[in-house]
Amino acid sequence: MSLADKLVSSFLAFELDINIQTPVHIKRTQALKEFEKLGFPTKKDEAWKYTSLKSILKEDFTIFSKKKNVLEFKNVKNYFLDNTETYKIVFVDGFFDPFLSQTSHDGVDICILSAALTKSVYSKIISKYFDTSINTKDSLSLINTAFAKEGVYVHIPKNKILEKPIEVLHFATGNEAALMLQPRNLIVVEKNAQVEIIETHQSLTENSIFTNSVTEIFVGENAHLDYYKIQNDRLNSSLIDNTYVSQEQNSLAKVHTFSFGGKLTRNNLNYFQKGSYINSTMKGITIIDENQLVDHHTLVDHAKPNCESHQDYKGIYSGKSTGVFNGKIVVDRIAQKTNAFQQNNNILLNDKSTINSKPQLEIFADDVKCSHGCTIGQLDQDALFYLRARGIPKKEAEALLTYAFANNVLESVNIPSVKSRIKKIIANKLGVDLGFDL
Amino acid sequence: MLSIDNLHVSVEGKPILNGINLDVRAGEIHAIMGPNGSGKSTLSSVIAGNEDYEVTKGDIVYKNENIIELSPEERAHKGIFMSFQYPVEIPGITVTNFIKTAINSNLKARNENEMPANKMLKKIREKAELLEIDSKFLSRSLNEGFSGGEKKRNEIFQMAMLEPSLSILDETDSGLDIDALKIVANGVNKLKNKNNAVIVITHYQRLLDYIVPDYVHVLHQGKIVKSGDKELAHQLEEKGYDWIK
Repeated sequence: MSLADKLVSSFLAFELDINIQTPVHIKRTQALKEFEKLGFPTKKDEAWKYTSLKSILKEDFTIFSKKKNVLEFKNVKNYFLDNTETYKIVFVDGFFDPFLSQTSHDGVDICILSAALTKSVYSKIISKYFDTSINTKDSLSLINTAFAKEGVYVHIPKNKILEKPIEVLHFATGNEAALMLQPRNLIVVEKNAQVEIIETHQSLTENSIFTNSVTEIFVGENAHLDYYKIQNDRLNSSLIDNTYVSQEQNSLAKVHTFSFGGKLTRNNLNYFQKGSYINSTMKGITIIDENQLVDHHTLVDHAKPNCESHQDYKGIYSGKSTGVFNGKIVVDRIAQKTNAFQQNNNILLNDKSTINSKPQLEIFADDVKCSHGCTIGQLDQDALFYLRARGIPKKEAEALLTYAFANNVLESVNIPSVKSRIKKIIANKLGVDLGFDL
Repeated sequence: MLSIDNLHVSVEGKPILNGINLDVRAGEIHAIMGPNGSGKSTLSSVIAGNEDYEVTKGDIVYKNENIIELSPEERAHKGIFMSFQYPVEIPGITVTNFIKTAINSNLKARNENEMPANKMLKKIREKAELLEIDSKFLSRSLNEGFSGGEKKRNEIFQMAMLEPSLSILDETDSGLDIDALKIVANGVNKLKNKNNAVIVITHYQRLLDYIVPDYVHVLHQGKIVKSGDKELAHQLEEKGYDWIK
């Protein structure tokens, strides 16, 4: 049975476990119907031209993890940020782990979607925001909606500036030979509020994991969102991350995506600007090798005047790895004075790696500033000789130039422990110990 | 210290050096002069180990070891330093981090411990002072947006930090005004002692008023066509290169 068929036929069993007399369940059933029509995307779909799900879809994934595995903090401690006080929302094989988590209801709600979907105190927020921003033509988002049950629920009310960042960790313990996970997250940041979130997916064994995640984020007027995605999973894990950010006027939403691990990683990052004077910022560093694939598909919908968007993605590819960058910017007719900037720079360290980079600008307003740039090259050989002539070995010199290449993306990381973690991962990925802090 | 014997070098199949012989002993300063295109910069790049150049014949023996097969970093570890004619701009790496990494890489290659941070800092301050380098300059990205003079001063600063046995200064005077030239020359002279050697590669005699060579060699069409003492440099300044060819 194909994975699509398996999902559809599992829906009845899924329904036994949840309250089906809710408005949310109507959305689920509708989404399932749409998914049945569309199926998983194939390379024939324009948006999936360079990324094939074939090898993932032929695996026999368990859709509902059976056993609740318990993790001891000391065994997974390394995956949490060091020296930083954080709220924590931790899932193990798709189940919320209350022992590893540190949630809050103290003037904010930092908890889980299963609670938000079932308790009446949250129903107002749920009916206002849940499943209102996703692309209804995207089958992966649809199948996530169909099985939406558990994930992150964050609600930061008006004027609240959250002092501690929120860490979201999804662990997979390998309790199934192959497991599919579908976290569904809802994050609402009200007017003048501020929040920082760090999201990590981590498999603890070599068993296959396929995560199809949907995150809806609503950033209110003059609110700030700072979101970090650390994608450094094992090579048998694949991730499809569908993130939808809706912004009100004067708000700022930054998403940093750091992609180093995983077999296949697809980031569908969508921004919708619903007011004026909005700043949308997307940055990314991708460093992959072997047969890894990382695909960044961004969309910015400039629907109101006087807004800006900034995109800066750097990629370094070796082995037989493949990178994809597709940056779509839509500027509506009324969105005058839009300032949209997009940059994608890539380094191919050998001739077996590939990058497909495609800007896609659809501009219907006439008084706008839109720029895009894409470069594909090798490490600067003159620079490499310069460093080596000073006694820095080739491998370290290459790593240093890689750091330098990615540095302006790192510079905008506001949480020091996130920055040092990323640097550590990069050094590790490049197989060097630089012994200094850039 | 350095003995070059019948060195032939090609780039992309085109011969550039056609049988260079040169002996440099510890404590000496040698100047290599010559018109543009005579092979001066090729010679310095080859000694430093640039892999773009192919040695087709001959040997480079440094401290009794043939170094032709060694990588640039291995040569650096053994104490060879080249001040670049065109130092590369590397945005994203500060001067300080670069020099720290270089020093510790060299120490590591010699199986020595890394330099403690306080000692490093002290040394950086001391050498920056020698070359009249502002401390703000050290936290800037390596060579990025530096003036010609700043780049060259930064090269000699690195030389001061690394304390090489053999320094090759490739056109270090180009792009320097007279004040900067004096600072750079003063730096080189202060670093000079009986255990190290310097090869100054230059088109003009001007620098040699400040860094006084023991020997002067004239390079023409990839060969040393004349050698002499510092008087030769003065003659070249007066008469140009034509009389030698």
